[in-house]
Amino acid sequence: MKITITASSPSLDAEFDPRFGRCAYFLILETKTMQWEAFPNPGINASGGAGTQAAQFIAKQKVSAAISGDFGPNASSALNAAGILMYLNKADGNIQDIVKRFNAGELQQVSAPTASGSHH
Amino acid sequence: MRITVASGKGGTGKTTVATSLALSLTTNAADLPPLFLDCDVEAPNAHLFLKPTFENRKDVSLLIPSIDESKCTSCGKCAEVCEYHAIAVLGKNVMVFPKLCHGCGSCTLVCPTKAIKEVPNLLGSLEAGSTASGIQFSRGTLDIGEPMAVPVIRQLKKWSVAQPGQVVVVDAPPGTSCPVVESVRGADFLLLVTEPTPFGLHDLKLAAQVAKELQIPAGVIINRDGIGDTGVEKYCIAVSLPILMRIPYDRAIAEGTARGQTLLEIDPKYTMLFQQLFLEISRIVAQQ
Repeated sequence: MKITITASSPSLDAEFDPRFGRCAYFLILETKTMQWEAFPNPGINASGGAGTQAAQFIAKQKVSAAISGDFGPNASSALNAAGILMYLNKADGNIQDIVKRFNAGELQQVSAPTASGSHH
Repeated sequence: MRITVASGKGGTGKTTVATSLALSLTTNAADLPPLFLDCDVEAPNAHLFLKPTFENRKDVSLLIPSIDESKCTSCGKCAEVCEYHAIAVLGKNVMVFPKLCHGCGSCTLVCPTKAIKEVPNLLGSLEAGSTASGIQFSRGTLDIGEPMAVPVIRQLKKWSVAQPGQVVVVDAPPGTSCPVVESVRGADFLLLVTEPTPFGLHDLKLAAQVAKELQIPAGVIINRDGIGDTGVEKYCIAVSLPILMRIPYDRAIAEGTARGQTLLEIDPKYTMLFQQLFLEISRIVAQQ
């Protein structure tokens, strides 16, 4: 399964970044082969709409699921429309640990926003 | 003459100063009473002090895109052009996020199949009336849950037109973000109300930068004078910002304000102090 995890740097050993729309990197990986690629978040400095921009970006990468610390209302609607499943990670650890937990079915799946938007 | 009252930090006394200044301009029967604009559309409260009777009301809406799915080819050009990411194209789905839209119309312009039509999205309202003292009073109100204050402020300014020679007093929102810039734009003078504390000073510096950027002359009123420290005074001297008035930290003022009184009603000496303030501002503006 092709998934994306929000990461603070472009590596499998990277610290998890709990923000979705404002994460530093999207780490995109195939869970079977552990082949991965990292993309800098194009919307990290967006003046607004970072969540919708991020959702469109990962939808273009054709991922089936996204793992982050929270999903805001706009990101959540856009991911739902794109058919991308949302999973929450609330524990510490690096990207590899999170993939293990995801494969073990330990991450909570959500279908609605888990945080209010941070519009300013 | 248009004077905008702003502060940076919230709760420093913008509305106290703006309403008192407006009222002081009605005491001379020969003068045209001022126009007052409450641009703090997220929490307008100047009406509590000036007590106008509203006679006119107008809805404020913003034109936002509506997609005709039968004409849309999901090409994605609308999402690409949108600076605010208010349109998302996800596979065949096109989603519009009304709360992110600034109403610029770029998506409608670039759509190659003319699948976008613009529809009004209600944001808030404008109201106008007058006070017993003769002040022409207008305010904007942003609906609860709507994030976009600027279109309401912009339309309020367009809707409430000053008569020739009429002084306009604008009560700006707190902060230094887009709604403040829109409220300050077009002012002849920016009156910055602050308190002599590190927090007051921090935000005063930001607000003074807005004045500088917009090339509007500014002056400072120190409210709650006597609390805090001398940081604000030192800063004003260092950057040549005139301190135009000091309002003491005084229980009688707090009690009067809580009853909905302006400074003029709390202590009659403020009538002359605000008239002098207006003359000083006029002098500074005339020198520009």
